[in-house]
Amino acid sequence: MNETATASGYNFAYLDEQTKRMIRRAILKAIAIPGYQVPFASREMPMPYGWGTGGVQVTAAVLGPDDTLKVIDQGSDDTTNAVSIRKFFERTAGVKTTTKTTDASVIQTRHRVPEEKLRADQILVYQVPIPEPLRFLEPRETETRQLHALAEYGLMHVKLYEDIARHGRIATTYAYPVEVAGRYVMDPSPVPKFDNPKIGDCAALQLYGAGREKRIYAVPPHTKVKSLDFEDHPFRVQTFREPCALCAAEDVYLDEVVLDDRGGRMFVCSDTDYCEQRRTDGHRGKMLGKVPLGGEAA
Amino acid sequence: MYVAVKGGEAAIANAHRLLDHERRGDPSVPELSIAQIREQMTLLVDRVMTEGSLYDPDLAALALKQARGDIIEAVFLVRAFRTTLPRFGYSQPMDTDAMFAMRRISAIYKDLPGGQVLGPTFDYTHRLIDFNLAANGEPPTPKESDSALAGMPHVTGLLDQEGLIEREPGAEEGSPVGDLTRDPLDFPAGRDLRLQALARGDEGFILALGYSTQRGFGRTHPFTGEIRVGEVEIEYVPEELGFAVLLGDVVLTECEMINQFKGSASAPPQFTRGYGLAFGRGERKAMAMALVDRALRARELGEDIKAPAQDEEFVLAHCDNLQSTGFVEHLKLPHYVDFQAELELVRRMRAAHAENRMDDEALEAAE
Repeated sequence: MNETATASGYNFAYLDEQTKRMIRRAILKAIAIPGYQVPFASREMPMPYGWGTGGVQVTAAVLGPDDTLKVIDQGSDDTTNAVSIRKFFERTAGVKTTTKTTDASVIQTRHRVPEEKLRADQILVYQVPIPEPLRFLEPRETETRQLHALAEYGLMHVKLYEDIARHGRIATTYAYPVEVAGRYVMDPSPVPKFDNPKIGDCAALQLYGAGREKRIYAVPPHTKVKSLDFEDHPFRVQTFREPCALCAAEDVYLDEVVLDDRGGRMFVCSDTDYCEQRRTDGHRGKMLGKVPLGGEAA
Repeated sequence: MYVAVKGGEAAIANAHRLLDHERRGDPSVPELSIAQIREQMTLLVDRVMTEGSLYDPDLAALALKQARGDIIEAVFLVRAFRTTLPRFGYSQPMDTDAMFAMRRISAIYKDLPGGQVLGPTFDYTHRLIDFNLAANGEPPTPKESDSALAGMPHVTGLLDQEGLIEREPGAEEGSPVGDLTRDPLDFPAGRDLRLQALARGDEGFILALGYSTQRGFGRTHPFTGEIRVGEVEIEYVPEELGFAVLLGDVVLTECEMINQFKGSASAPPQFTRGYGLAFGRGERKAMAMALVDRALRARELGEDIKAPAQDEEFVLAHCDNLQSTGFVEHLKLPHYVDFQAELELVRRMRAAHAENRMDDEALEAAE
């Protein structure tokens, strides 16, 4: 595509002001009813459905000219889709962009919550593929809307219970359902359940946009978010046997990188900015400098 | 006129002559050449080859020209040609590990042996109409890399080293592979026949079915283990020679989906596979096919069969767009003999209905 001819002729951040107002109204409603999925008139976007159109629309609606945007996918700023969306806003909004979590005022993410603790002056925008946490238990929207209205979440508990009965544990590892502010059960988007505790009592506003399914929902700052569990089977996050091979961080989410076809593997921070910052601060993992993994895979 | 029973022959000949005229369009605009279609409408040509089940870019391009760009009509032409070709035998299984790949990506590892190779892709382009293309379509020459591509082992092979993924439930050595185009499809169908049906099935239909599994109608928890696009050699063993000879290269798109499986009484928890393959650059088709392939394995894996995508008869009986279009469009054919019989019946029933009502009213009045 031509890189120069397109930026002009479009409104700030691509969407027209009326559309942005419509999205902002949905966002306000979503904030007023934490965890509730607000239907909105999702627009056709110049990227495919399922690739972040919901997140992009929410970001476009909250972005101002003074904002600094960070976009991550799988925790990394350098993954292809993150690069694409960041470029999109560079071109259509002309805002500053950054890879540093601490420098960003708006962070759009897919599949991760940054490791760095977020602040009150930041907004985290999630890209959501399937907003309905009950969808895989009940495929029909007419039914699930009613279940939410009645706060009838027995299905979900039965599902988790069946997991325990069959496997001795809850076998959901990502998109792990949460109860928001004691009322609505919400899909936190497919973040690993490792990230669930960061969603609760977070200082930043968290917005969730699902473009194809036309839903927006929100977790306002410092909202109680509880991962569903049972008294005798309390919620637990993933743990890793070894620290990050590059920055030695523990208690972070790690990516497994295959080094060869003979079983060689290493584990590195999924949050690349966090990892870089730690290395700058002098932390050294056991494989730092030994593997050609400075830049990230395209 | 359509209803003129005699004289239809001349009408048909005239209609087809008019069709040829319409296909040409405005004669002041230069005519499309087969080479132009083949080189610049490549994805369309690939789709016609895939659903036409015949690897011949020139023929597919010609079919597209003749069909005025209608995909199913072009597939129709290719299939009708294919069926006239003699069958010498079957090729050796293709080795996609040895593919000369122009694209290879995996969504389940950040990096892996052989690397992530994007290749030519629409992915990550912004879908903004490029008005410059209307005036001048000459793109800059692509960049070249000095480093050669490394070997690209299949991702499923890497998972297999740990036993995390099921072994490919392979056929026994020497057992015949079914052929959908030579034998009628029988239910329950083996996976070989299912994959054949899906491979030539309509992209839109397979896509929608694959999508339905993602939305909860037969969920399969898929991850894109790998997509690779590139040239693969085809070998054939002529009986009189007894050893394999190279027939040539075909461009293929292969998708291996990796799906969660929580285990059953007989099998431990492990990842399972869904497989998709298309001629040319048919990434969407290959991905959708892999989703539906996995969904259709529900019976084999002891899963509940509740959704359309898991229902073998539903999927295989309706995925072929020639069959679908033929039967839907046959409704255009004259049906007036049957309709006449229906007319007569409805008239008779209406008369009986009216009579009954009159009788009832008379009865009520009498009471």
